[in-house]
Amino acid sequence: MAADSTPRILPTEITSESVYEKRREFLKGSLALALFSALPAQAALPAWKKTAWGRDESANTWEEVTTYNNFYEFGTGKDDPAKNAGSLRTRPWTVSVEGECLKPRTWDIDALIKAFPLEERIYRMRCVEGWSMVIPWLGFPLAELIRQAQPTGKAKYVEFVTLKDTKQMPGQRWPVLDWPYVEGLRLDEAMHPLTLMSVGIYGKELPKQNGAPIRLVVPWKYGFKSAKSIVRIRFVEKQPNTAWNEAAPNEYGFYSNVNPEVDHPRWSQARERRIGEFFKRKTEPFNGYGDQVARLYAGMDLKKYF
Amino acid sequence: METTVRPGEKMMAGATTAPGRTSAAWPAPLRAVWALFQAQPKVWLFLLCLYPLFRLFVLGFSGGLGANPIEFVTRSLGTWTLSFLLITLAITPLRRFTGQGQWLRYRRMLGLFAFFYGVLHLTTYLWLDQFFDWGDILKDIYKRPFITFGMTAFLLLVPLAATSNDRSVRALKRNWAKLHKLVYPAAILAVLHYYWLVKLDVTQPVIYAAVLAILLGLRVWWWRQKSRTGIQGR
Repeated sequence: MAADSTPRILPTEITSESVYEKRREFLKGSLALALFSALPAQAALPAWKKTAWGRDESANTWEEVTTYNNFYEFGTGKDDPAKNAGSLRTRPWTVSVEGECLKPRTWDIDALIKAFPLEERIYRMRCVEGWSMVIPWLGFPLAELIRQAQPTGKAKYVEFVTLKDTKQMPGQRWPVLDWPYVEGLRLDEAMHPLTLMSVGIYGKELPKQNGAPIRLVVPWKYGFKSAKSIVRIRFVEKQPNTAWNEAAPNEYGFYSNVNPEVDHPRWSQARERRIGEFFKRKTEPFNGYGDQVARLYAGMDLKKYF
Repeated sequence: METTVRPGEKMMAGATTAPGRTSAAWPAPLRAVWALFQAQPKVWLFLLCLYPLFRLFVLGFSGGLGANPIEFVTRSLGTWTLSFLLITLAITPLRRFTGQGQWLRYRRMLGLFAFFYGVLHLTTYLWLDQFFDWGDILKDIYKRPFITFGMTAFLLLVPLAATSNDRSVRALKRNWAKLHKLVYPAAILAVLHYYWLVKLDVTQPVIYAAVLAILLGLRVWWWRQKSRTGIQGR
């Protein structure tokens, strides 16, 4: 249950020039500006600190990250979330932290955003469908929220539940998945310093199609493990029944760690297309975060626990 | 519908074999378009069939293919292949329901367009998805049912495209019709290929499957009618 694995801190003097330039470019981008100014005025995020995570990666564009999404609550097409997520109301919003813990609490989203220092982390995101992106997330380690809640000895897993409201989430009118969307992690996975609760991207509040107002980010697992628009975080003793695992147990395992050796029954996971790139890349075990997380699974048969 | 054609309209129709159906009730622009189409139906149909490809070029140059353009193009070419297969299969029912044999004149072109889009679809897979890594491609065909089905459907279409010329029709005689029945399994495999690829929301493939089921169902029904009434069916 230890969560002391040290992140691979990269020397800060490496690059950042290109990242900075990209950010400027983006800010200058008239389309992005138009989009941004068209949004209703929202409370700005508190100050955040930059981290070394992913400084050597070149991030995808705002346009790519916010128009190519899997968020079935708003439709199953990649462009559906960007088109339909406008109906989601992200204020008022509460996140209930409950279950096997000493200090359960219903957090107001704004209080939660201010409760823990925010940091920017640039992570790779690998979708189970065979594509990937690099996204500059803004958030705080889930571990901090968990420590605050003080899970009891019975807490072995953490369950994440997405909002269920057909009016706000029109995709839920169709029983594509068994709504609400439920995801889960083992407690040690949830406590891992890489695991992030994200409230923003690119220094801005999280767009609705990306899981506003708060979502999970688990960069070494396939994207669907990172539940969006979370309303409940529950400590449980038994492994939660997760949405995709329920829908197709032979295709989507509970762990769903990125693994080029274990193919999806219907397609290969050996390679991926990074959005914006022409050639495919080799997929890395644990999405390249093996140094940090592989030991969580020491001795486990990853073909069995896929 | 009355077939009152005024002199002026007849002029507009190019005085060709304009069927009496060209309704006087249609608005003038629509009548003009129809007249144009009537003058050179195959040329216009050909251009119309190129629309899906033209659209991809327009979207490509205007940045309208989204964040994952290769996926967009591959999917689009795939669904158009399937659509052209279904349109081709709709010709016989159309002919029987309307009682007009003229529909048959367009079947070859529609079928060849199905093959054309199939070739492009396959090319995007071989090139942009696999980058001609034949080892991986063979493994994919062997291991993944949806690739196996898609590839088989394509291979079934190859002899049909190859024997679509008049000479083959004459040379193969009765066997030509028999050979071209391969379009049925090809269409079924193509629908399954689509169905298996989709992650969870099967709405789209189910729509294609339903249309195919109707088109094939009609044939089964006709065939049974024929054998019941004692007329020798082949």
